Amino acid sequence: MSVLVYVEQAEGKFKKSVFEAVSYAKAIADQQSTQLTAISIGDVADSELKELGKYGASKVLNVSSDQLKTFVNQAYASVIAAAAEKEGADIVVLSNSFSGKGLAPRIAVKLKAGLADGAVELPSNDGKFSVKKTAFSGKAFAITELTSANKVIALNPNAFGVKENATDAAIEVFTADVKQSDLGTVIKEIVRATDKVSLPDAELVVSAGRGLKGPENWGMIEELAGLLGAATACSKPVSDADWRPHSEHVGQTGIAISPNLYIAIGISGAIQHLAGVSSSKVIVVINKDPEAPFFKVADYGIVGDAFEVVPKLIEALKAHKG
Amino acid sequence: MKILVCISNVPDTTTKITFTNDNTEFNTSGVQYIVNPYDEIALSRAIELTEGGKGTVTVINVGEAGNDPTIRKALAIGADDAVRVNAAPRDAYFVAKQLAEYAKDKDFNLILTGRESIDYNGNQVAAMVGEFLDIPSVSIIKKLDVDGDTATIEREIEGGKEVLTVSGKLVASCAEGVAEPKIPNMRGIMSARTKPLVVVDAVAIEEVTKVTKYETPAPRGTVKLIPADQTESLISLLHSEAKVI
Repeated sequence: MSVLVYVEQAEGKFKKSVFEAVSYAKAIADQQSTQLTAISIGDVADSELKELGKYGASKVLNVSSDQLKTFVNQAYASVIAAAAEKEGADIVVLSNSFSGKGLAPRIAVKLKAGLADGAVELPSNDGKFSVKKTAFSGKAFAITELTSANKVIALNPNAFGVKENATDAAIEVFTADVKQSDLGTVIKEIVRATDKVSLPDAELVVSAGRGLKGPENWGMIEELAGLLGAATACSKPVSDADWRPHSEHVGQTGIAISPNLYIAIGISGAIQHLAGVSSSKVIVVINKDPEAPFFKVADYGIVGDAFEVVPKLIEALKAHKG
Repeated sequence: MKILVCISNVPDTTTKITFTNDNTEFNTSGVQYIVNPYDEIALSRAIELTEGGKGTVTVINVGEAGNDPTIRKALAIGADDAVRVNAAPRDAYFVAKQLAEYAKDKDFNLILTGRESIDYNGNQVAAMVGEFLDIPSVSIIKKLDVDGDTATIEREIEGGKEVLTVSGKLVASCAEGVAEPKIPNMRGIMSARTKPLVVVDAVAIEEVTKVTKYETPAPRGTVKLIPADQTESLISLLHSEAKVI
């Protein structure tokens, strides 16, 4: 029995969400009085792999092959499941990232395992292995018992936090047979917007709605987000009107997020929008309508016109940063 | 081209979520059910891809007879026929197994789902069906084009996008951007009544997860209002009180 965590790399580097998944997996390993092994697929330098030790991985399996240079979920799932079998791991942990969402279900089927995706807490330690996960787009949580012998958990970003747990990670080369039939998807192009903060992982998010009146007014939203190092988001009517891309739409039918700070500007707070953002730790609402429902769930609020308040907020933030 | 679209029957997005029996069961009283909004996007793209006699669209749902109005809605939107696997859906693993069992000998070129269902927010079904059928799956796609045997897909990745191709059979879960949801017209609604809806039995499968209890988020405190001309106070509170900047 052991715990295996899949550490997703992008261009040879691990992001904060990976260290969070390792921290979470280490806490489960401690709960189960067992060891944590990490598995990395792709070209990653040993110095970067060693970083995983800081968060509790005592062994890192390094898989590197030409066939696996880019993410193919079918092949990656085969490799991770093979690693779980070799390590005798009955619990596999991943980040509930875009790739994790495509990968975790395939691993679960391979291992005949129950999968809790969108996990927000450690499993219960009462012999039942129940995992609290988001449901109804943040309107509720479902306590889900994984009744199978093997278990897969996909952890929501920002749900557990990064916790250091210094261990010396031993790096081991791991090879697994990849069937040609597992390589059916061919990546043609990867476009990374390197200057932008990824919305699902973001700790700070600045979001705006119809109160902004048009896409030409997003400059101040981007400036505010830039100063904070925040990701930008929007409400559904805004993405429906093509003022902003669909990838920025947060809410029940968009992306559900749980950043440390969510600033909602010119968004009234329809039930569907609140569903996707209400698990944010701190919510700031700026709206000229004092009756906007969003104020009912906000921690801080300013009743005022976005076109007057946001420029002042930018100035105040610049002054604060000195 | 034969396309199978998997649809889920979910509470309307405006539903207030409550539970009964000591928070162990979802309270269905007074709840309106709809086609999962993401599944509507998948269905709309399937209809576009087969327009002009280029193929057929079958919708499939795992559920009991109470789901039939939702399935008829999908037929009204434009699916050619429908299948209902007659069982209460237990979890994604159960549902995916039923879908894969139905699809395995039917020669569908493409199987589409929504990126997630808005009730349990699982992203599991598409990739699980892919694994059960041992065919490629691509999750959370933003764009889908098909040319002959090859699908070209755009999917979101953290901080960017990826363009990929798949030849042969494929399962994909669709997000916004893949298609605009179609609204059924009167002709669609009338013809939906007579389109075939086949009911098949479920296969047995071992249980891997069960929801034992629900919780609702803790209520938040009252809002601290800051005058519009004192934005510096907000910055100061976010820094020293909330400690988020």
